[in-house]
Formats: sequence, C-alpha cells, structure tokens
Amino acid sequence: MRTRGWSYYLGRLLFYALVVFIVVYSVFPFYWAVISSFKTSDALFSANPSFLPVPFTLTHFQNVFSGAEFGRNLLNSLIVAGGATLICLVLGVMAAYALGRLRFPPKNAVLYLVLAMTMFPQVSVLSGMFVLLRETGLFNTHAGLILSYLLFTLPFTVWVLTGYFRGLPRELEEAAYVDGATPMQTLIKVMLPLTGPGLVTTGLLAFIAAWNEYLFALTFTIGNNVRTVPVAIASFGGATPFEIPWGSIMAASVVVTVPLVILVLIFQQRIVAGLTAGAVKG
Amino acid sequence: MLTIRQTRLAWLLVLPTLLVVAFVAGYPLAQVFYYSFHRADISFVEPTEFVGFKNYIFLLQDPDFRGALWNTLRFTVVSVFLETVLGLAIALVIHSNFRGRGIVRAAILIPWAIPTVVSAKMWQWMLNDIYGVINVILVNTGLVANKIAFLANPNTVLWAMVAVDVWKTTPFMALLLLAGLQLIPSDIYEAADIDGASKWQQFWTLTLPLLTPALVVALIFRTLDALRVFDVIFVMVGVNTATRSLAIYNRQTLIDFQDLGYGSAVSVAILVIIFIFVVLYMRVAGKGVRGED
Repeated sequence: MRTRGWSYYLGRLLFYALVVFIVVYSVFPFYWAVISSFKTSDALFSANPSFLPVPFTLTHFQNVFSGAEFGRNLLNSLIVAGGATLICLVLGVMAAYALGRLRFPPKNAVLYLVLAMTMFPQVSVLSGMFVLLRETGLFNTHAGLILSYLLFTLPFTVWVLTGYFRGLPRELEEAAYVDGATPMQTLIKVMLPLTGPGLVTTGLLAFIAAWNEYLFALTFTIGNNVRTVPVAIASFGGATPFEIPWGSIMAASVVVTVPLVILVLIFQQRIVAGLTAGAVKG
Repeated sequence: MLTIRQTRLAWLLVLPTLLVVAFVAGYPLAQVFYYSFHRADISFVEPTEFVGFKNYIFLLQDPDFRGALWNTLRFTVVSVFLETVLGLAIALVIHSNFRGRGIVRAAILIPWAIPTVVSAKMWQWMLNDIYGVINVILVNTGLVANKIAFLANPNTVLWAMVAVDVWKTTPFMALLLLAGLQLIPSDIYEAADIDGASKWQQFWTLTLPLLTPALVVALIFRTLDALRVFDVIFVMVGVNTATRSLAIYNRQTLIDFQDLGYGSAVSVAILVIIFIFVVLYMRVAGKGVRGED
C-alpha cells in the first residue's frame, strides 16, 4: 500500500473546511435569531454584540404573548394549515389511488394537469381568487384561506401520493381481489395502511407549505381575526415606526420556527424522500 | 366486469379533486383573462367596461412593468446560478462518504424548514446597518472601513435579496441534485479509476453529463420559483423601485391601485413569461438528452 502524501492530507483538510463552512452557513442565521431572542435590549443594540445569549432574559417572549393577538395568530395558522392539510390528504388519497392503481383512461391527461398546477405561479390568480372569495362570501374567513391553499397543496399531494401508490407491490391487491374484495374495500383495508408513511410525509410537506404561506394570507385577510403567523410577524411594529422591536420579532420567529425545525429533523429521511419524489418522478 | 367497475370507481375518486381544481384554479384563471380585457376596479364601484387590448398596450409601454421585469430577471438569473453552484457543491460533499455527513444533511434542512417571512426578518436583523451582526463582523475583521446600509442602498439591496434567497433555497437544490447523484451507478467510477482518469476529469466527463436530467428538473423548479418571488422582497424592503419584482408589482396594481383590469393583464403577462421559460428549458433538456445518445 502506498503511503499517503501531503496532498492527501491537504485535500482532506480543505474538504473538512468546506464541511464546516456549509454547516456554519446553514445554521448560523437561525442560531443568531435564537440568541437574539434571549438577549436584553441593551445587549441586542450594543456595538459589540455577544455570540452567546448574555445577559439572558425571557422578556421578549413575555412581550410576544402578553396580548391576545399573537396567540390568536398561532391559532389561525393552525386552523388554516391543518384544515388545508386534512382536506388535501383525503381528496389526494382518493385521486392518487385512482391514478396510480386503477384502470382510468384519461390518467395521463389528469396527471399532466396536476403537474402543470404544481408549477403555477400563485400571484397570477391573485385577482381571480380575490373575486372568487368575495363572490362566495369567504373573503377574510378561515374557510376562504383554506380553499385558496388547496391551489398549491392539492396538486402536490396528488402527485407525490400517486408515486407512492405506484410503488406498492401488485400481489397484495390481487390477493384482495381474489378474495372477492371490491376496489373500494381494497383501497381502505389493504392499500391505505401501507401508504401510512407516505401520508405522514406528504401531510407534513403540505402543512409546512400552508403554514409558511404569505401572499394569500396577506391579501385575503383584514385585521387580526383570521390573520396568520407570517402576516403577523411581517407586520410586527414598535411603538413608533423608528423603533423596531427586534427582540420580540426574533422571539416570535423562534416560536413559530422551532416546532418546524424539530419536526423536520425527526422526519428528515422521509421529508428528503418526499421532496425529491415530488420533483424527480417527472 | 371488474375493469368497468374499476373505471367507474376511478372517476368517482378523481372527481372531487377535479372539481376543486376547476373551482380554485380554473375559475380564478378565467376571471383573470376576462378582466384583463376590461376596465374594472377591485371594489366594483365603477361599472366594468370592455376595452379590448387596451390594458396590454398600456403594459407594453409601462416603465414600471419593465423595471419590475428587469429586477425579476436579474434576481432569477443570479440567484438560480448561485444556488446551482452551491447546491452542487453541497450535494457532492454529502454524497461522498465521510464521518458526520448526517450532521451536514440535517444542517442544510434548517434553512429549508424556516418560513420565508421568518428568514426575511432574520436576515433583515443580521443586515441591519447599525446593529447587524454582518456589519459588525465586516468592520471587526477589517474587510470594510464603514458599516454598509445593505437594504437602503439601491446598489446593494437587490443583491442582499439574492443572498437571502440563496441561503433559503440552496438546500432544496442540493437535495434534488443529491437524489440525482445517488442514481449514478458507482461501478463506472471504478472503471474510470482503472483507466487512470483524475477525479476532476471524472466530474466533467461522467458526473455532470449523467446528472443533467436531475439538474434540469432542479433548474426548472427553482427558476419558476424565483420568477414569482414575493415574500422575501416584500417583507424586507416593501415596495421599492430598486427591488420591485413582477409579483410585487402585480399585487400593487391590484390592491394598492385597485386596478382589477390592468392587474389582471400583468398576471397574464407573468404567466406568459413563465411559460416561455418552461418551453426554453424543455427544448434545452430535450437537446441535451438526444445529444447523449
């Protein structure tokens, strides 16, 4: 075996330098938001800010939750993102089973329609959606936002779940048919339990997309009754326009982001698989 | 017998989705086309009136639209280019076998998981002209003499937006490219090693050509996303001619100017621009695939 020369060790060194750079680059902005949310205002606005949360305080978190407003925003986000996720999963499973498993002549036409919709720019239906929501009396309601969110959550769900259904083995289904089960019974009793992991992933991705949505939430809500978290955080103001409450903004940001980051890290294997399935199986 | 029953069930199962699609996409889209040929205000105070192509003729002469288009194109080209280079580097790093690759993969998922609005606020704080950590680091390391007002200076603000977008969306690019890399069989590299090809040669002659399909898909997704950029710019600088994107201009015409007719014409223009990009990519991708045969 040949000995490893200096160029090998130099190469390794550069490689690990790159690894460290990638990790720091990815994590630092989030780290900075977290420590900023725990710093006193004096420490936040110091000429030489510390890279640790000292002196430590929970004031900003108390400020964020002192009024009823931010709690209301969180609840709105939960209702809207949860509702959109639930509806698109139910509709998505039905459609995906038909597209992935059943004899359905216009299958490709429907799949292309769904794919085209996933690439659809949300802003280009902004005026039409505005008109639709006002005509149906759903403007500034949770139901209206949920409905508008189906525009991007449903096509994505159908597309990814169709891929999951296609990947399941044929034998199980055939065995069910031989036993005299109808296609509907086969879906509910045999196929659905097998797609559990796929449903969790797709549901999580749809939930995150709806939870993070800003343009529709900003345009189709007025006041605080329906307003979701992203709109609230974007419009966080201080006592005067010149006094931006950075500590509170960072605290609110941490509150809405930490659960997402934890979920994503727990489900990271599945999320990566789901994300790439949504894009690569074209 | 079974196939007929299957087809009937399939229609029943697909029908709700088709109805929803018609309701939330088809109907609004039809409205957009309809109003783009009319003079109409969004609160319908004035009666709606058919004006033919008047909105589109105005659009072609509108300097604000042209400015927004120019901003959007610059933003898209630069951010997608940087995301591709960085995403490819990250994908290659994670793909190679080393201790701690799990940590790298977990780390890059963090920017992806953070809501765009939140990441905009985080970066707005870091880029703050007086207290921002980026200015502190730049001054303390002696890289710049005076603190930079990144978001107030019209020469830097668009590139600050690009930096934030690159941070937030490079992970998605990296994950798509990583999936592409994992599809390449490893034995071709063994053969190349035996033939004495250097790692650098292997990258250009094997990895990159074989990665092209995944690269094209990732490029399409990211380009379409960048062309409709709204959140980052709107949250960080609001409406500002130096950074106003097409989506921001579109919302401004509709909501701030209350101009349903012209705003709808802008929406149609955005759709057409995105369609042009899709066709271009498909052509290039088609050529690339044929060229390999």
